[in-house]
Amino acid sequence: MDTSAAASLAVSEDVRQEAIRVGDLHKSFGSLEVLKGVSLTAKKGDVVAIIGGSGSGKSTMLRCINFLETPSSGTIVIGGEEVLMRADGSPADKRQIERIRTGLAMVFQQFNLWTHRTLLENVIEVPVHVLKIPKSQAIERARVLLKRVGLGDKAETFPAYLSGGQQQRAAIARALAVDPKVMLFDEPTSALDPELVGEVLTVIRDLAAEGRTMLLVTHEMKFAREVASHVVYLYQGRIEEQGPPAEVFGNPKSDRLKQFLSSVA
Amino acid sequence: MTGFLETLGLAESATLLSLSAPGWGGNLLRGLANSLQIAFGAYGLGLLIGLFGAYGKLYGGKVTRDLLAIYTTVIRAVPELVLILILYYVGTDLINKLSSAMGGGRVEINGVAAGIWVLGIVQGAYATEVLRGAIQAVPPGQIEAARSYGMPAFMTMRRVTIPAMMSFAVPGLANLWLIATKDTALLAVVGFNELTLETKQAASSTRAYFTFFLAAGFLYLMVTLCSGAVFARIEKWARRGQPSLKGGTR
Repeated sequence: MDTSAAASLAVSEDVRQEAIRVGDLHKSFGSLEVLKGVSLTAKKGDVVAIIGGSGSGKSTMLRCINFLETPSSGTIVIGGEEVLMRADGSPADKRQIERIRTGLAMVFQQFNLWTHRTLLENVIEVPVHVLKIPKSQAIERARVLLKRVGLGDKAETFPAYLSGGQQQRAAIARALAVDPKVMLFDEPTSALDPELVGEVLTVIRDLAAEGRTMLLVTHEMKFAREVASHVVYLYQGRIEEQGPPAEVFGNPKSDRLKQFLSSVA
Repeated sequence: MTGFLETLGLAESATLLSLSAPGWGGNLLRGLANSLQIAFGAYGLGLLIGLFGAYGKLYGGKVTRDLLAIYTTVIRAVPELVLILILYYVGTDLINKLSSAMGGGRVEINGVAAGIWVLGIVQGAYATEVLRGAIQAVPPGQIEAARSYGMPAFMTMRRVTIPAMMSFAVPGLANLWLIATKDTALLAVVGFNELTLETKQAASSTRAYFTFFLAAGFLYLMVTLCSGAVFARIEKWARRGQPSLKGGTR
């Protein structure tokens, strides 16, 4: 990359809107401090990969961002709007957190589709009942999304009859249906058989390519290196190292990261 | 027809059970209608109490949980016959005291309303436990997914938790319904004209005990069989999306 291209990239990066900012996030479970002050900013279109060993706090951090876990302290700003928190870290305004959550579509490790609803019903559930979009419109869009993740012919099928990879792709369609500001992926391929990982990563790769903002907790290092615009390495509740993927993976500075990368390679 | 029954020695029974006088069949059917009316009401009230009770036990504060624990323990510990006597007489007594304190006269207690109230409270205690177990059996991830997409608590209950728990709850709730239909017989002790008391009256007036109690037994059996068919359909619906345990079929 020549210098002018790098410069123009830097300039364009400056004008992009901030999508999410996490400031000095702490989280304790009882006496165990899982997050010890994590700060992170993602701009619109960023793909932030969060890597780290088991117990590093990466999933907890993601779950604190949409308040599935109540942070102990810190600030969370989504699209310029700060989430109002009580002294104990719980959201102060129920309406606000419900509105913000809708814009933070989460994709879970265990898919968490609603098993008593067909794929189509899963995808239209939030648009129709939370966002109050007319049902016919939601169905039309859901069919497009299911087709996009390769499940166009499975709309009327219940999740239990699908493979893990298909369920996870349906869960991604459900996330896309709310047209999220930021997508949160919590180890989306960790529960999948190895041969099913690829089909889910392909879908996520497409989303990254079209400029979706996402935070991605993952164990897939090769994938993180390929799609992420920024990589964060967490170690025992702190950010040990972060930077562009080429730097973090190609030229790790901290010994812990070096050790981690060699252990997962 | 009459000749056929006569050869079987059943002509007398047929007369006794006929719907018009001198038969007592109409009384029995009226008793059955009363029984079903109370069973329906008590079951509905029980489900309502059970839903609040289950949510209270799972998500309520300490005081709520303690009160509910007392409620379910006491109701399930005391024999239903005793409970019916207590709740019925205490209930009517309280209402009359309240009425006279406000300057009113004696209040005539509606039998159906009293029966629904008494049995509903008993049903509620059992339903609380059935529904609590069912809610706990719902994979937490499904409720978490609803929360993570900004669903308010009540909508999560209505759209996710209740439909997801139904498959776990239906067998227990079917049991409760059958118990409700038969518990109505206990209301005979407080003089309510449900099927059992009507049967007893018919039997003692005509001395045809065997005929009438057999007929009543048949009516209870019919209720159970019809209920079984209805609940089988409900269970099939509640289990939608879940592969059958026998496997294979979609």
